[in-house]
Amino acid sequence: MEWETVIGLEIHTQLATKSKIFSGASTAYGAVPNTQACAVDLGLPGVLPVLNKEVVTMAIKFGLAIGAEVAHRSVFARKNYFYPDLPKGYQISQMDLPIVGKGSVEIEIEDGKTKIVGVTRAHLEEDAGKSLHEDYHGMTGIDLNRAGTPLLEIVSEPDMRSAKEAVAYMKKIHSLVRYLEISDGNMQEGSFRCDANVSVRPKGQKEFGTRTELKNINSFKFVEKAINIEVERQIDIIESGGKIVQETRLYDADKNETRSMRSKEEAMDYRYFPDPDLLPVEITEDDIRSIEKDLPELPAVKQARFEKDMGLSNYDAAILTSDKDLAAFFEEAANKSGQAKLAANWVIGDLSGRLNKEDKSITDSPITAEMLAGMIKRLAENAITSKMAKEVFDAMWNGEGDADQIIEKRGLKPADSGEVEKIIDEIIANNPDQVEQFKAGKGKVMGFFVGQVMKASKGKADPAQVNKILSEKLK
Amino acid sequence: MSLHTKNLAELSDKLKNKNISSVELTQYFLDRIEKFDGDLNSFVTVAKDHALTQARKADEVIASGKAGPLTGIPIAQKDIFCTQGIKTSCGSKMLDNFISPYDATVVEKFNDAGAVMLGKLNMDEFAMGSSNETSFYGPVSNPWNTKCVPGGSSGGSAASVAARLTPASTGTDTGGSIRQPASLCGITGLKPTYGRVSRYGMIAFASSLDQAGPIAQTAQDAGLMLNAMAGFDPKDSTSVDKEVPDYTADLGENLKGLKIGLPKEYFGEGLDSVVGDIINSAVEQYKQLGAEVIDIELPNSGLSVPAYYVVAPAECSSNLSRFDGVRFGYRCENPKDLEDLYKRSRGEGFGPEVKRRIMIGAYALSAGYYDAYYLKAQKVRHLISDDFKQAFKKVDVIMGPTSPNVAFNIGERSDDPIAMYLSDIYTIATNLAGLPGMSVPAGFANDMPVGLQIIGNYFAESRLLNVAHQYQLNTDWHKQMPENYR
Repeated sequence: MEWETVIGLEIHTQLATKSKIFSGASTAYGAVPNTQACAVDLGLPGVLPVLNKEVVTMAIKFGLAIGAEVAHRSVFARKNYFYPDLPKGYQISQMDLPIVGKGSVEIEIEDGKTKIVGVTRAHLEEDAGKSLHEDYHGMTGIDLNRAGTPLLEIVSEPDMRSAKEAVAYMKKIHSLVRYLEISDGNMQEGSFRCDANVSVRPKGQKEFGTRTELKNINSFKFVEKAINIEVERQIDIIESGGKIVQETRLYDADKNETRSMRSKEEAMDYRYFPDPDLLPVEITEDDIRSIEKDLPELPAVKQARFEKDMGLSNYDAAILTSDKDLAAFFEEAANKSGQAKLAANWVIGDLSGRLNKEDKSITDSPITAEMLAGMIKRLAENAITSKMAKEVFDAMWNGEGDADQIIEKRGLKPADSGEVEKIIDEIIANNPDQVEQFKAGKGKVMGFFVGQVMKASKGKADPAQVNKILSEKLK
Repeated sequence: MSLHTKNLAELSDKLKNKNISSVELTQYFLDRIEKFDGDLNSFVTVAKDHALTQARKADEVIASGKAGPLTGIPIAQKDIFCTQGIKTSCGSKMLDNFISPYDATVVEKFNDAGAVMLGKLNMDEFAMGSSNETSFYGPVSNPWNTKCVPGGSSGGSAASVAARLTPASTGTDTGGSIRQPASLCGITGLKPTYGRVSRYGMIAFASSLDQAGPIAQTAQDAGLMLNAMAGFDPKDSTSVDKEVPDYTADLGENLKGLKIGLPKEYFGEGLDSVVGDIINSAVEQYKQLGAEVIDIELPNSGLSVPAYYVVAPAECSSNLSRFDGVRFGYRCENPKDLEDLYKRSRGEGFGPEVKRRIMIGAYALSAGYYDAYYLKAQKVRHLISDDFKQAFKKVDVIMGPTSPNVAFNIGERSDDPIAMYLSDIYTIATNLAGLPGMSVPAGFANDMPVGLQIIGNYFAESRLLNVAHQYQLNTDWHKQMPENYR
């Protein structure tokens, strides 16, 4: 039987505020345990939450970016459960009236097609602290630095049909929150993580199968792996006559397996009710319009602009706009060099390749956009050849200075036309057979000549110039 | 010198005129506490050193000529307000070891006003009770008859003022916890409009109902106290950003033409007839002062107790989750695992009334019951608020008894929670609606005090205090003192 996978994601993205959602304590990551938790975060008797207004603005930005309705009135609710790293015994979240309603994003799926994925809602909530199970000899340490960190939980519709689509959706949301500057999206630090609801059904069946929820997956790679392994598990069970149990499962990245955390019967009753300590969040149409005015350029708009104004291909523009910093780098390099296409090629090609190889992000690149632009400029005006450009690139990467310094220090200069002509004459003389073939109409042989000339010039010749002179001489 | 019969304004004058120092005044009340509180048990903590330190500072301020109306005046705080460095127990074993690292806003405001805190007052555990019998520190006695309860939950606050162990105190009122003990102890208590006084640092029982207010000998004193307490607090989102008037400014207004509404529901079955007679004669007194009396209806009054006993427990079940033995407060011995830690810390740390309300509340909020209980109760709240809204179109204030009867014997209702809950039958509706209410001494039934309740419209505290003050100018019920404490 052919099976269809159905996936919905709940993404938790940490909002990039300086202070917590309901207190003035810092949200900075990595501090000594319990040094960034104030009386409110500790849930001391008598303390009260006060909403950090910045999170409302951030949530509205997200709502606008996915074309969702922003609620004029949203309500914080208490989600009650006991856990040592949940100081108050409840998490302040939103239930019936979330701040962001239905919206959607467009993702790119296989063979360049696009697909709309629905976003059911996005709501504000506070993060819990951390339980530290290592290093405490059979006991558990509690670090409440993270308690009260603002989160935006983004819930999708069950619109995805493969692990790849789920990853594409997650990447899309990741790119969006970074564009909006509402989250740093740092997945190692847990600023961007997701739960996946996964089910399978016979292809063509309308009803959804029984789903399981995979908890706390914190990388794109693991999302794909976790979903695939879970889909396999579900199909195996059904095909061998079993039934899927609705439950919460934990993905273990080390063993690449999912295992049961709790079943539906064991599911907690969170006893949600509106938090009486917080007033409803009232947002006027004017508030929304003024935030809309300040929205940064979003990926889709930027991509269109790169295609239209800078003459990039759809493919190049899509890659360059997939990440805000990458797009900014490219744009600076393109503007400073005046060579958008060349800049795109270098950023997507050599630079991205090198960054990937060394596991660096664009913001850590030892070559700045300005340096790259300087090199591209020289290349465009034929002051260096492509081969020399690669050499300059490597040297810049290794910190030997900017393009002009390297060109000068290494005496890089394309061969002049007299030199090139001499080499060409020699090569024509030494290869009469190939000359015959060319004259007989075998155009491909041109490549052979260019190659020979480039080799003989040790890369100093400019291929365009070589082509031109060769064409004339072979006439 | 009988300083304990003086009101706050008189004491303030004595301090300013240097007839007495704050240190002397403070010592005077500390001595009274020492002498009398053994029987009453109204204090959980007497903060002697702290009080004398504050008094010395107050004397410096007085000497510099910068004294305000409360500078150097001793007061006492209900043990529900967090006080930095001094135990804040909330009447519970759970917090018997809790020393707050911060001051409640109310405490901070009294400190800023230069008042001297004598100590922390006994109360029903987590403010849950109407008799002060649920306290981990034992029951408080009523100074008018030590066999009787002082009312609750602010039992210590009321008894200490009635016995003049402190000139004034603070209380909190979730369903009547200021007014009912004020009534039972023969003193003046005011529950302000919800949001008038900051709840920051006041240990939450039912967040949407809790409100702090003063307990004092007179309406004028209550006004002076409220002047210090009221105001918007950026740390409490539910406090109201509205200017604080001088609550003593309008006390002198005469009451000619004042429209008093008498809800027939507050004079029906269940009301002790002697109490009813006393309230009627108080109303007669008001007529003589020029007021007009209008019969009104609050048709949904009967729903207030049941609605309250869904909303308040629901909120408390969540508010009290933080007492889990993990970070502060009581922790059981040798927990064998997490669940054991939770179960035993909470099981051993909370008393039976608190547990009962947590269970009722958790049930009312649970999946499948939420709509039938919590949501329904919230709808009832709207109906009750609407009743008052209609009434205040016709009248300026509403009057009736504060409590259906006078103070009962300690132990008399301990085994009957329903009978206990009905103690607050006339006070609960104002909390559900968020309105201000007062209790003013109006006479005695069987030698025990009876309180007149006065309910006002939102933020009409000045009006309430004026109405009470004019009554007190013409009566001396508020000046009566229990014999053994004169």
